[in-house]
Amino acid sequence: MSKINLTINGQPVEARAGMTILEAAESAGIEIPTFCHDPQLVGVGACRICVVEVEGGRGLPAACVAPAGDGMVINTESEKVVQARKANLSLLLANHPLDCLTCEKSGECKLQDYCYRYGVAETDYPGEVKEIPFEDSNPFYERDMNKCILCGKCSRVCFEVNGAGAIDYAYRGFKSTIAPAFEEPVENSPCVFCGMCVDLCPTGALNPKLSKGLGRAWEIDKVKTTCPYCGTGCNFYLEVKDDKIVGVTPDYDSPVNKGNLCVKGRFGWDFVDSPERLTKPLIKKEGKFVEASWEEALELVASKIKETVDKNGPEALAGLSSARVTNEENYLFQKLIRMLGSNNVDHCARL
Amino acid sequence: MTAKPKIIVGLGTCGIAAGGQDVYQAIEKALAENNIDAELTQTGCIGACENEVLVDIQKPGQPRITYGKVPPEEVGNVVTEHIVKDQISRDFVLGKIGEGDLPAEYEDIPVFFEELPFYQKQNRLCLRNCGFINPEIIDEYVAREGYEALKKVITTMKPEEVVEEVKKSGLRGRGGGGFPSGLKWEFTMKAEGDKKYIVCNADEGDPGAFMDRSILEGDPHSVLEGMAIAGYAVGADEGYIYCRAEYPLAVKRLKLAIEQAKEKNFLGNNILGADFNFDLKVKEGAGAFVCGEETALLMSIEGKRGMPRPRPPFPAQKGLFDKPTCLNNVETFGNVPVVFLKGADYFASIGTEGSKGTKVFALTGSINRTGLAEVPMGITIQEVVYDIAGGLPGDGEFKAVQVGGPSGGCIPKDLLHLPIDYDSLTDAGAMMGSGGLVIMGLDTCMVDIARYFLTFTQSESCGKCTPCREGTKRMLEILQRITTGEGEPEDIEKLKTLGDAISSTSLCGLGQTAPNPVLTTLRYFQDEYEKHIFDKRCPAGICVDLLIYAIDPELCDGCRRCVKACPVDAISGEKKEPHVIDTEACIKCGACLEKCKEEAIKLQS
Amino acid sequence: MIEENDFNYAAVDKIYENWKTQKGALIPMLQEIQHEFGYLPRPALEHLARRLRTPISQIYGVCTFYSQFHLKPRGEHIIRVCQGTACHVRGIAKIAMRLEEELEVEVGDTTEDMLFTYESVACVGCCGLAPVMMVDEATYGRLTPDRVPDILNEYQRGEGNDS
Repeated sequence: MSKINLTINGQPVEARAGMTILEAAESAGIEIPTFCHDPQLVGVGACRICVVEVEGGRGLPAACVAPAGDGMVINTESEKVVQARKANLSLLLANHPLDCLTCEKSGECKLQDYCYRYGVAETDYPGEVKEIPFEDSNPFYERDMNKCILCGKCSRVCFEVNGAGAIDYAYRGFKSTIAPAFEEPVENSPCVFCGMCVDLCPTGALNPKLSKGLGRAWEIDKVKTTCPYCGTGCNFYLEVKDDKIVGVTPDYDSPVNKGNLCVKGRFGWDFVDSPERLTKPLIKKEGKFVEASWEEALELVASKIKETVDKNGPEALAGLSSARVTNEENYLFQKLIRMLGSNNVDHCARL
Repeated sequence: MTAKPKIIVGLGTCGIAAGGQDVYQAIEKALAENNIDAELTQTGCIGACENEVLVDIQKPGQPRITYGKVPPEEVGNVVTEHIVKDQISRDFVLGKIGEGDLPAEYEDIPVFFEELPFYQKQNRLCLRNCGFINPEIIDEYVAREGYEALKKVITTMKPEEVVEEVKKSGLRGRGGGGFPSGLKWEFTMKAEGDKKYIVCNADEGDPGAFMDRSILEGDPHSVLEGMAIAGYAVGADEGYIYCRAEYPLAVKRLKLAIEQAKEKNFLGNNILGADFNFDLKVKEGAGAFVCGEETALLMSIEGKRGMPRPRPPFPAQKGLFDKPTCLNNVETFGNVPVVFLKGADYFASIGTEGSKGTKVFALTGSINRTGLAEVPMGITIQEVVYDIAGGLPGDGEFKAVQVGGPSGGCIPKDLLHLPIDYDSLTDAGAMMGSGGLVIMGLDTCMVDIARYFLTFTQSESCGKCTPCREGTKRMLEILQRITTGEGEPEDIEKLKTLGDAISSTSLCGLGQTAPNPVLTTLRYFQDEYEKHIFDKRCPAGICVDLLIYAIDPELCDGCRRCVKACPVDAISGEKKEPHVIDTEACIKCGACLEKCKEEAIKLQS
Repeated sequence: MIEENDFNYAAVDKIYENWKTQKGALIPMLQEIQHEFGYLPRPALEHLARRLRTPISQIYGVCTFYSQFHLKPRGEHIIRVCQGTACHVRGIAKIAMRLEEELEVEVGDTTEDMLFTYESVACVGCCGLAPVMMVDEATYGRLTPDRVPDILNEYQRGEGNDS
């Protein structure tokens, strides 16, 4: 791969040919604000917050899609650039509810961050605002399209990465929104609730329901872990506050799942502290489950196995294990059943 | 020379709208009733819109006589008199075209293109056949050197030579941007790809622009020929014409022309016996102005929302279905056969240093002669407005000309000397655009004009990028405030800031140029904005909310008509006494104005 | 509205079969579906999405992008009620109420017999005639609620547009 040399903010930068200006800047540790850009998605250059000034160029190109060229002299924070970013932030604010005090996204909202960075406290251009009904009919996430800044990452990840294509742009111009077909609730669409849209949303437009009210962004610690649901072994961060799980953040660096999750891993964490969770073995006595000790329970299982094998032969025995245990445990489990003389082994990893 | 008399009726969309079909039928009837053996045919637009319906009569051995504004009830007589008695109706005759003898008494009839002021300064290259041929008969195109250029290119030139010739001609895109066509062709030719496309942008959507429609309706084969030449040059075997669905006649004639060209092997496989295949399809738009932007147009052909995509990659590298694509507009392709028929040197000899050839303009607004004019690049605005369009009606005073539609700008009186070429117009804050010229007199409010164009672009914004989607909306809201008397002192600064941000950061040409109508009127007519904002006055008397309706007591005869007409009972007064309008209650609907026979009701700005 | 079971899927199939070899032909398909049904019925779009193996959300996105496409059936006649100031002051609201009663629809909708689509418009510019409504190209001014049924009647009898 050939190298190119350019100057960004006075600093000489060596980059790979074919890189965008954004990639070249990031490779040199220079941060450029973005809304619609995500490395796993095809670039669209829609939000225009990443515009930069290229010496001798016309207008302000979007760094996320403009190719870096050899010899380019780029300024990512020139006065012209800052003015343009302020104007575009001011425009976004004009059509965005300013309920940051109660917004779940506060503290990790890109719109908030950039308004802070460029000192845009309120809009200069008040006018008509969109009024799209709030949607919270599904159990996993809320959709408040009035907070949407139309970066389009949600619909792109849904189609490009997940393949569901549950949502897309609808209407055009100022009336544009992101919606499932016929603006039905998402649960009536092909949405599989992987939550990737929620994770990429730069504002509070898409919000995980279970985490609501459980803590502000700055109160939360993130603990990297492996998903316990199946043998795939997806990684993610558990969001923890006061030793309680309050949510899940994807780990885009995980070699296993590159940040992708399914509905169970993304939204199914509430069982951990569920009062309904089983913590002791139960044995059904006279039609009712009764708490028992591990010794009693294991003894009962052993005796039943022995009884079955003695009476009907080992083929009468079958073992079904859980997809929620590790591969190693599943290995041991099937070994146990086979040692008992049966090949009837299966497990529930049919996600 | 035709053996029998030939009658030609102008049946472009404008001719039809002016009653062309009725005229055509009236002629048919007259011919039948009087047993006249004549050929009756149709043609496209010759550009003199204000004279529609146009009827041409050509008798063998005589020049072709053009009549204008012929009503259906008169046309039978005109035709019969002309053909039977050799009498030319002085009421309707416009001019003569071509060689031949006329009775001495008609010697004074002006030579159409040379002596009519509307045509004197025109140079009809692209429109060479419009108004002459029947666009639905390929032989008529062929008879006027049609497909000669394609023949020459295919049989005597290598693709590189074709590209070189276009480069040498200096032809630039006629759709707005003005990118050198030869370079575009070269990029597409050199791009690697197993498949390449030629695409013609026929999505002419600017309000007030109809030059592409006239070419498609009047001379569709010239566009097909230009596209086929481009196909040969860049190595494409397939092309699309993306035509807006609002042009049904153009679509119909294009489809017919493609069929006829295939029959004659000007399109299809092994064209003219050479190892060159080229097929064309027509795609109809579905109602989105933004699809005139080249990448949005490609998205639309691909069956997607017409949302522009970032460039680079340019269509020449990665265009339709991700294949290298050469995309030009109707007028550009229409010029291509000219380049090869007359030679690149001839083409380059017309126009200015940076802008070669001619440009077709749609002349509308406050002028004496509306219509379609093809002028050499570099002609001044003054010449177009006064020499060709005949100036403003009555003693109207010129105020500004809006060039280039919603992407263009308003050019004031002191720039009348400005030559019309790509660079001069861009420097003045406007742009060539597709070529609409709206001439405006003193009774035009520049703030209102800016608001009008922004209403259009705002409703046509695709919504993809922030500055265009949100910014045009806010600019429009500010302009609406100003024109309704709610303007605030900081609004001018806000418009400038927003305009700059939208221009410099929008994704596509539509957004980048959307603020032009506002920025140019601010640049040349800021005082008008100030009068609206600070004095709450509209000097042109257009912005209704800023006007006051008042009754001149000297003129009012107290007839009470206005009192009855007022929907809100804002007018009072006894019979035969001067009436009074309560300006607080008045909703400025104008109902009283229509009813007053004494013209006593005045609008005060 | 058309029920899903008795929907004419064959018409959609025919259009699909006609175009399926041409790349990216969604828009002409939609144009032909609209030509066939007068609008874009939801079952047709869902069926087309299945045949094209394209997410229905994307097809919906295309349908709502282009102004030519209509997702609701349009009536034979379009009624436009003026919302201008003069009409407002002169009681267009009563006219609108009467229209809604007679037609049994709300703004933007079409009557069950598909005869009328009822829309509102910013101002038709005939303030002197307020209150005003238009049916197709014909303007009806100085309206009273009682005239509304008579006007509708003209169209129901297949006359109309003579005002």
